[in-house]
Amino acid sequence: MKIHEYQAKEILKKFGVAVPKGRVAFTPEEAVEVAKEIGGNVWVVKAQIHAGGRGKAGGIKLARSYDEVYEHAKNMLGAKLVTYQTGPEGKIVKKVLVEQGLSIQKELYVGITLDRSTSRNVVMVSSEGGVEIEQIAAESPEKILKEYVDPKVGFMPYQARRLAFGLGLDGEAFKNAVKFLLALYKAYEETDASLAEINPLVLTTDGQVLALDAKMNFDDNALFRHPEIVEMRDIDEEDPLEVEASKYNLNYIRLKGNVGCMVNGAGLAMATMDLIKLAGGEPANFLDVGGGAKAETVEQGFRIILSDPNVKAILINIFGGIVRCDRVAQGVVEAARKVGVNVPVVVRLEGTNAEEGAKILKESGLNFIVANGFKDAAEKVVNVLKELGIN
Amino acid sequence: MAILVDKSTRLVVQGITGGEGSFHTRQMIEYGTNVVAGVVPGKGGTFFDDKIPIFNTVREAVEKEGANTSIIFVPAPFAPDAIIEAADAGIKVIVCITEGIPAKDMIQVYEYLKHTNSRLIGPNCPGVISPGKAKVGIMPGFIHKEGTIGVVSRSGTLTYEAVKQLTELGFGQSTCVGIGGDPVIGSKFTDIIKLFNEDPETEAIVMIGEIGGTAEEEAAEFVKNYVDKPVFGFIAGRTAPPGRRMGHAGAIISGGKGTAQEKMKALADAGIHVIENPAVIGETVKKVLSEKPKRKVFVMSSSSRKATQKKKRKSSTKKNKSKTNQKQNLE
Repeated sequence: MKIHEYQAKEILKKFGVAVPKGRVAFTPEEAVEVAKEIGGNVWVVKAQIHAGGRGKAGGIKLARSYDEVYEHAKNMLGAKLVTYQTGPEGKIVKKVLVEQGLSIQKELYVGITLDRSTSRNVVMVSSEGGVEIEQIAAESPEKILKEYVDPKVGFMPYQARRLAFGLGLDGEAFKNAVKFLLALYKAYEETDASLAEINPLVLTTDGQVLALDAKMNFDDNALFRHPEIVEMRDIDEEDPLEVEASKYNLNYIRLKGNVGCMVNGAGLAMATMDLIKLAGGEPANFLDVGGGAKAETVEQGFRIILSDPNVKAILINIFGGIVRCDRVAQGVVEAARKVGVNVPVVVRLEGTNAEEGAKILKESGLNFIVANGFKDAAEKVVNVLKELGIN
Repeated sequence: MAILVDKSTRLVVQGITGGEGSFHTRQMIEYGTNVVAGVVPGKGGTFFDDKIPIFNTVREAVEKEGANTSIIFVPAPFAPDAIIEAADAGIKVIVCITEGIPAKDMIQVYEYLKHTNSRLIGPNCPGVISPGKAKVGIMPGFIHKEGTIGVVSRSGTLTYEAVKQLTELGFGQSTCVGIGGDPVIGSKFTDIIKLFNEDPETEAIVMIGEIGGTAEEEAAEFVKNYVDKPVFGFIAGRTAPPGRRMGHAGAIISGGKGTAQEKMKALADAGIHVIENPAVIGETVKKVLSEKPKRKVFVMSSSSRKATQKKKRKSSTKKNKSKTNQKQNLE
C-alpha cells in the first residue's frame, strides 16, 4: 500500500525522524495559515499525489511571501499534474504540503527495503541525493553504501555510524545522521513497511539532517496489524475499477490493451497476458480471480472487465485443477447472462470434468468460443482479433 | 528417487481440521500420501475422519507417529509459529501453503531455519508432488505422471499448465516443486535446482519463473557453473508494466529491475533453453530432448577439463571468502 508524502512524514515524526516543519492543506487559504504557523520567510508548496517526478512537472514550488504561497497552492489544487510516473493522463492534485524552506548544504540519499536474495532488510545510503537511486546504481554503484540487517539483533548503531562516516559526515551532522538512520529503521520495522525512501535526505548549513522528501510503502500482508495505516489509504489515487475489484477480493490491474482476460492464479494470469500479446493483441488488464473461480467472482470479473470501453474481446483461462469445471462453466454462463456480455469470449477450462464444462458453454446459446488447451486458446484469440479487424 | 517427498514421507498436517486442511488431507490420502498425523492445539487425543490421530503439538506427532514431513494450512498470523514449531520438532521438510504471511515475520523464520536441518517450501505455494509416490500439496494429482522431468516454479496454476503440457506429450515428472510467490521464501530456485541436479532420476529441469527479484538470475548463474542436465526456463510477465504488483507479493518490476526480458537474457546466457510462449512449454521440452542427447556433452580434452574444474573450484573459494567477510562484519 502507498501513502502520501505528508502522511509518511507524520509517521516518521512519531518515530523521532527529523522532518521539516509543515502540514497538509486543502485550500489556498489553509496553505497560507500553515505558512504563518511555521513562521520564517521561505516556504515550499508541494503537490500531494502518489507519483514521483513532481519537481520537474511543476508540483513543487518555492514561495517567498504569503501571497506566493497562496498563488502556488491555488494553481496546484484542482489542477492536473503530469509527471513521468503518472502517465499522460496525470493526476488531479487535491492537497498540498506546505513546509519551511531550508538552507541546504548537501543532498543525500537513504533507502530501506527488503533484499530478496539474502532475505534481509538492507539500509542503503548515497552521497548522491536527489537523483534516482537506480541511476546511481547503474552509473556509479560504488557510491551506494549498504548495511544488511541481521534479524537477530536488528539495525545496530555501529552500522548507522559506518554509513554516516561513509557519507563523509562529521561533528554535529554525523551525530544527527546516526540518530536519523536509527529512527528511520525503527519506523520501517515497526510499521511493516516494504520501502522507506528519503530522497533527498538533506544536510542543512547549520548541521541538521532532515527528510526533505519521504516515500513509504507497506506490506499488504501485514496491514491487518496496522489499522492506523489502512486509514491512510487514498482511494482518489487509485484506478476506480481497481478499487471496485478490491471490494470483491479480485486482483485486478487495468492496462491499456484491447483483450480483457480473466484467469485463476497470478502466474497463469501473467502467462495469459503474454499469450495475448504473442497472439497480436494487447492485454487490457491483469485479473486473478483466485483459486476457486466461483460464480460470483466470475460475474464481478465480467462486470469489471466490461466497464473498460477498450475491451474488444475476452479470454477466460481457468485451470480448475481440483475445482470441477462443470461448476465453473455454470458460473461463467450465469454471469455472462446476468451481465449481458456483448463481445466475443474465448473460454478455456481445464481440470476435472473439463468436457462437461465445455458442453455447458456450447449449449448455453451465448457467444462463447470454447478452446481446448492453452495453445488452442491463443489461436482462437488470434482468429477473433482478425475478425474484429484488430490484428 | 525423487526429491523432498516420496514413499518414505510420513506426513503431519498442521491445521488438519480447518476447511482447506481437511479437504486437502483427504485429497492427499486419496493420492496415496502417507498421512500419519494431524496437529491442532487443543484437539489432541481425537481423530480426523476416525483414522488419523490428532495431537496438540508437532513434537508428539514426531515422537508417536514418526512424522518427518509437515504441511501447514494454518492462517497467516499463526503460520510463522507453526513453521518454527515443525522445525523445532525435527521435521525435515516443511511445506507451508498459507498465503498472506507478513514479510517481516518470514525474515525471522528464514533466519531461524538457517540454523536447523529443516527445509521450508513456501509459503504461499501449491506444495510438492513426486508423481506416483507422494503428494504434499494442493495441486490436482491427476495431471501428473511419473517420470524424469524436475519442475520448479514460483506459481500455482501456471505450474499445473506446464505439467499438463508435459504429461500430455508423455513426459512424466520426478518431482514438481512450487516454491511460492512471496518475497521471502524458504527455498529458492537455486536450492531446488541443486537437489534436482543431484537426483539421479531427474534427467531434465523445467524452471518457471516470473518478473520481480533476481532469483531466476541467481539460478541461471548456478546452472551455468554446476548443472549438466538440460534446463528449460519460462518467465511469466513480459507484458507487465513496471511498478505494479502482479498478484504475487514478489512479482513487481521496480526501478527497471526484474523484467522478463532481463531474466530471459540471463537464462539464455547460462545455456538454459528459454521458452518464449507459455503454450509450448511441453512441445519445446519434447523437441529439445528428442533432438539432443540427454546430457550436455563436454569435449573432455585435458585442458578444457582443467578449466571446468578450475571454474568450479574458483566459485567455491569465492563462497568461502564471502563467508569469512560476513564473519568479519559481525565482529
